[in-house]
Amino acid sequence: MTRRYVMEFERPLVELEAKLEELQRLDLTANPELVAEVATVAEEIEALRESTYADLSAWDRVQISRHPDRPKAQDYLAAVFTDVVELHGDRAYGDDEAIVAALATVDGHRVAVLGHRKGKNTRENIARNFGMPHPEGFRKAMRIMRLANKFGLPLVTLIDTPGAFPGIEAEERGQAWAIAESLALLSGLRVPVVAVGIGEGGSGGALAIGFGDRLIMLENAYYSVISPEACASILHKDAGKASEVATCLAMTAADLAGLGIVDEIISEPSGGAHRQPEEVFGAVRERVSSALTALAGADPNELVRSRYERLRSIGVIEEGSG
Amino acid sequence: MSISDWFKAREARRYTTINGERAAGSEVPDGVWSTCSACKRIVYEGQLVEYLRVCPHCGHHFDLNAFERIGLLADPESFDEFDAGVGSTDPLGFVAAKPYTESLESARERSGLTEGVVVGRATVGGHPVVLGAMDFRFIGASMGSAVGEKIARAFELALDERRAVVLCTASGGARMQEGMLSLMQMAKTSATVRRLAEARLPYISVLTNPTMGGVTASFAVVADVVLAEPGALVGFAGPRVIEQTIKQHLPKGFQSSEFLLEHGMVDEVVPRGQLTARVTTLLDYLARGGERA
Repeated sequence: MTRRYVMEFERPLVELEAKLEELQRLDLTANPELVAEVATVAEEIEALRESTYADLSAWDRVQISRHPDRPKAQDYLAAVFTDVVELHGDRAYGDDEAIVAALATVDGHRVAVLGHRKGKNTRENIARNFGMPHPEGFRKAMRIMRLANKFGLPLVTLIDTPGAFPGIEAEERGQAWAIAESLALLSGLRVPVVAVGIGEGGSGGALAIGFGDRLIMLENAYYSVISPEACASILHKDAGKASEVATCLAMTAADLAGLGIVDEIISEPSGGAHRQPEEVFGAVRERVSSALTALAGADPNELVRSRYERLRSIGVIEEGSG
Repeated sequence: MSISDWFKAREARRYTTINGERAAGSEVPDGVWSTCSACKRIVYEGQLVEYLRVCPHCGHHFDLNAFERIGLLADPESFDEFDAGVGSTDPLGFVAAKPYTESLESARERSGLTEGVVVGRATVGGHPVVLGAMDFRFIGASMGSAVGEKIARAFELALDERRAVVLCTASGGARMQEGMLSLMQMAKTSATVRRLAEARLPYISVLTNPTMGGVTASFAVVADVVLAEPGALVGFAGPRVIEQTIKQHLPKGFQSSEFLLEHGMVDEVVPRGQLTARVTTLLDYLARGGERA
């Protein structure tokens, strides 16, 4: 049996499943008294499975969003898009593998695609820095944004990063500068922009390619100003309080739809997208395609204006007399 | 003695009053001194005021609050604050360690401000500008909905009235307690900067100690000219986060203004005493480019 990655909240279920497997390996003809027990355990599993995946907390969803088997940007590129031409490099420093850039077609729409790219195994993750871009990654993204803008290609972005990389070289090469420039550029693109949260939406590194005319999120994706662990260690001096803080931060797709930041939520198979990836790919293709259809032919000035209004309206303030 | 009384007593011990003589009418209390956090030498309050809160011994720049910054840059009597009453609420009902509403309340009491940035119309060297300064005393001048809104309005007003924008930044980054509403202020403020740029109106930013995270990574650095105060800490990720991530100690001077200059991230490191003159000269070039000097 291959070792399966177990998320904290599904541990009781997994343990029970292991017990059932053990029971089933026994010769039941020799132990007829066990037949009833097998049936009971199987029933228990069904009930537990339902309750385990029915009412997920924000912290549970964070774990699902980080599941190693969760479909990654490159899986979406392969399954949702056709005629994919990957483009490389920022023309200044290097090619950051933590960002994938491509020209691709989705349901007949020719588009440019940008995504954060995590690996599926340790080797890939080291090459892709666990999906945490350096400044050259954001500068590569900006190159593709300009390209899309120049040739009238709508932009589709796939958000999945723990955040921009916090490292010495990243700071030396202007991590903040790269993100800020990307935000300004993205806000003014004269082509439709559809952003899709497929996994982790970690702070500024996510936002740099993570907003547009539509923001669609998978049910178990998160999008947050800070990781719950970092927030807990700053405010509680205890990273162990992450699960509490995750709820406070209102970072789930449903929370963000409630705040008017997310437009659409794509529901996932019970347990997460990795259980039935094909189902998720189909839904993403359909939603992205219909968003692109809705935005197609829009006047570029109108697009930029309404995107601006969209951003401009976000925030809750009170107007005192000062 | 309660803990807070103990702190007050300790605070009182930090200042030693001697019977010095000062010019009548001075608001500076007689003979008050403090210790420079950089060179540890004694600096008299009167001297600090005279030197714009720069240590006369080592040149260390003490932090300024928003109105001290504005006083430094604006032509006398020219500053006219707007949106002073715009403040954050607690849209998420955020409670971690203590309720966000409590943090807001105590920040308001302590600073006398409604939020972490002060913005207004002013003239600088005769140029009509929108001038803004962030105030680190207010929850680290972190950017939530209200800071984002005030910055956005500052740029929109500058666009409407064809003014340049001059901002002095200081911030710990995005305000965690407003979650994604805070993060989105980064996109919102950057979008307003872009519109000002399209209208070819100048924007000069002055990065002061400390400017980090979501503020650096949005409106602070997408200016036409980026200046920094000597010795300011400016960056994206905080030094502690980086050390924990890479498991190494950071080199001395990492993320300082001088480090940023060396890496091509800022145009100039300008000592406080020269800042107003420098901003004025820059505005002469950028706002009156077509005119003969």
